[in-house]
Amino acid sequence: MNEVIGTIFIIIGLVFDFFGCLGLIRLPDVYNRLQASTKSVTLGTCSILLGIFLFRGFTATGIKSILCLLFILLTSPVSAHALAKGAYLSGVKLWKGSVIDKYGEDLHKE
Amino acid sequence: MMRRIRWLIGAGAMLILMGIIIFCPVPSMLSWQSNFLSRCFIALLLCSFFCLYRVLRGPTAPDRIVAIDILGILIIGFCAILSISTGRDWYIDIGIAWALQSFIGTIALAKYLEGRDFDE
Repeated sequence: MNEVIGTIFIIIGLVFDFFGCLGLIRLPDVYNRLQASTKSVTLGTCSILLGIFLFRGFTATGIKSILCLLFILLTSPVSAHALAKGAYLSGVKLWKGSVIDKYGEDLHKE
Repeated sequence: MMRRIRWLIGAGAMLILMGIIIFCPVPSMLSWQSNFLSRCFIALLLCSFFCLYRVLRGPTAPDRIVAIDILGILIIGFCAILSISTGRDWYIDIGIAWALQSFIGTIALAKYLEGRDFDE
């Protein structure tokens, strides 16, 4: 029973990974690619690790996979935020269809 | 008109890729489970090729850094699936070490993009 639920979680994770990487190719801008791919690939990999935990149960491998899941879930938004700020400050322009730029307004006001 | 033709070509290419993933014969057909895990490998390899395309083709430096970050997260999932398909438990240790290294490298590259030194 646990293996069936784990297989379902692994399939969900693969689908999220696939659509995140499709967004990495298709979207027009650095910021769009960042916000599409980081969130879905993080969720997909966390789902795969949860499936591994359901396969193995409370053994060494299961606990290590839960540890890896928590680490990815905590550090991936931090690195995405740092990358977006670095890309803006290094002078990458927004896509021409973007409608709002709050961070640029704040930056030029000071 | 031209856009619709391009859209149709893209949809056809995606359907062919999904068909290859679902229906292609895999070398190890010993049981249902190893068969399914081999298909998982093929799907993750396809995602990795998408990331490598963005690394090669990206117009600016932040594109390439984003693609390398995503590739690091994908490889963690790859190591996790390897640890149950081969039955060797130390593959998940490689995944944990890769997560640490990927995080530190991405933070350092983001600081470099911001135009600051590493010791600030």
